[in-house]
Amino acid sequence: MKKSFRAMFYTPYMMWLALFVIAPVGLIVYYSFFNISHQFTFDNYATFFRSGTYLTMTANSVLYAFLITLISLLISYPMALVISKLKHRDLWILLVILPTWINLLLKAYAFIGLLSHDGLVNNLFELVGLPAQHMLFTDTSFILVASYIQIPFMILPIYNSLTDISDSYIKASHDLGATNWQTLTKIIIPMTMPGIKSGVQIVFIPSLSLFMLSRLIGGNKIITLGTAVEEHFLTTMNWGMGSTIGVVLIISMVIVMLFTNTKRKRGRN
Amino acid sequence: MSKTIIELQHVYKKYDDFTALKDINFKLNQGEFYTLLGPSGCGKTTILQTIAGFTDATSGQVLFDGQKINDIPANKRQLNTVFQDYALFPNMNVFENVAFGLILHKVKKAEVAERVHDALKLVQLDQYANREISELSGGQKQRIAIARAIVNRPKVLLLDEPLSALDAKLRKDMQYELRSLQQNLGITFLFVTHDQEEALAMSDQIFVMNKGQILQKGDPVDIYDEPINHFVADFIGESNIIPGHMVRDYEISFLGHTFECADAGMRPNEPVEVVIRPEDLVITTPEKGKLQVKVSTQLFRGDYYEILAYDMQDNEWLIHSTNATTDNAIIGLTFGPNDMHVMRYNETEAKFNSRLETYEE
Repeated sequence: MKKSFRAMFYTPYMMWLALFVIAPVGLIVYYSFFNISHQFTFDNYATFFRSGTYLTMTANSVLYAFLITLISLLISYPMALVISKLKHRDLWILLVILPTWINLLLKAYAFIGLLSHDGLVNNLFELVGLPAQHMLFTDTSFILVASYIQIPFMILPIYNSLTDISDSYIKASHDLGATNWQTLTKIIIPMTMPGIKSGVQIVFIPSLSLFMLSRLIGGNKIITLGTAVEEHFLTTMNWGMGSTIGVVLIISMVIVMLFTNTKRKRGRN
Repeated sequence: MSKTIIELQHVYKKYDDFTALKDINFKLNQGEFYTLLGPSGCGKTTILQTIAGFTDATSGQVLFDGQKINDIPANKRQLNTVFQDYALFPNMNVFENVAFGLILHKVKKAEVAERVHDALKLVQLDQYANREISELSGGQKQRIAIARAIVNRPKVLLLDEPLSALDAKLRKDMQYELRSLQQNLGITFLFVTHDQEEALAMSDQIFVMNKGQILQKGDPVDIYDEPINHFVADFIGESNIIPGHMVRDYEISFLGHTFECADAGMRPNEPVEVVIRPEDLVITTPEKGKLQVKVSTQLFRGDYYEILAYDMQDNEWLIHSTNATTDNAIIGLTFGPNDMHVMRYNETEAKFNSRLETYEE
């Protein structure tokens, strides 16, 4: 009786897992072993690792994802630190999260409007006497917009780990003679490492395969693995090759997870 | 004699609609064990935080070694704190925690190792240098927190209810250890607690606090035997407090009887309160007793019986006795003139002390 009751609760989750996680991953792996004329082959993997184009693409994806993660971390950490000290910090963190409720595509179009040749940013530049800049469809704008979109996901775990730190650790650090800076580098940052790690995971992994932004803001000049997957599935119809790239992406995600999930031998308290 | 190391002059701490400290004045001498004792919310931790530099006094002066330190940040003050939750850094092991302050002060590596070892030895945990904080028990964390604080050789050690998280047995052991540690190191301890037993056992001087004020200061025996008012008498130890009035010097009347007592200096017929400690009441036959009470309940406390009884006017009496008595029996209680302590209503500490001086040798 009790067992069947429990099984009832498990069923939706198991079905979800089977239909939307295990089956698609299995299909991707399966398809990656077929060429465009549906013959079983390892050629897709051989092509991927032999061709300079795919390896450059991989390097590009990793580089851009790294830059996006780094920039959003550099902005998010101080921001989370300041917000965690504010009086109405819950409200402020809500304001940070607010943009995630807006559709990604809408935000991308908004940025096209802002950054375009006759957009708001250039208007402002003209107002202070600067020449109009060509901003849309550049690497810089792609990285900045992508970072902007990822920041809430970076701030949230860091903010949570910051608010978890009891005030007495900070006091103890000051008490033992540490300056504010020493307290930050020796106590606060090491103690919020779990938050930083999960922030990095949440931002880095999706950033590997951002294809919509690279097209809309980056002007399709930046070809990441995400763009390649889209091209293979929708344009060249080479599902095998697209799946192979997908498998490579999944494996690199697993590697990042393992890398950032180093065993925490030091528990809190 | 020994010199003043910390002095508070007219310290106030006010929040928007709440005054946490009202005109706090005291001096702490070098090498003594002081305790701030009071119920939670009485302001004792606020005093500690003001001295440590975690919070600012709204007005008044905090002096350290004769120098005003109100504006000196916490990390520049030559004193260390042992926190209630220990606040041992979980990202460091025992050695790194204890060495933290020394490394910040740029002490040489060899000296750091030696001083950490010595500090750990003082708290009897020298074998634990490489343990992680999460591997320690509550009592061990407590000792490491003390080692981390004393390794910097502060002139004053502030202890914020450090024993409250330990179990009863360990707490008693730590009382002995803290006391002997303080005497060995010869530094000033300022200990904050709400536990009167702890305060009485360890302190040279106790400051009893309530509602942001220091009500009474003195050594443990004085505070216990001569509480200034109802609050102190009730807070420190167990007590029977009965309203009465002074007939004249050395003669008091309560519950319709007049007794000889040891207090004087009050107006004739002034209404007062009388304190009689439960252990000073002696059980006898109803005929021989100065008061007759009816036993209600008895609790066996191990080393004594705690007897609850009611007199004819329905006042509650608490009696400590080594022998049990019979439930619902009428018993007599006797006490000597010195077992009664008379308290005036609303007497300040200064007036209380000067009154005592007029008739005490």
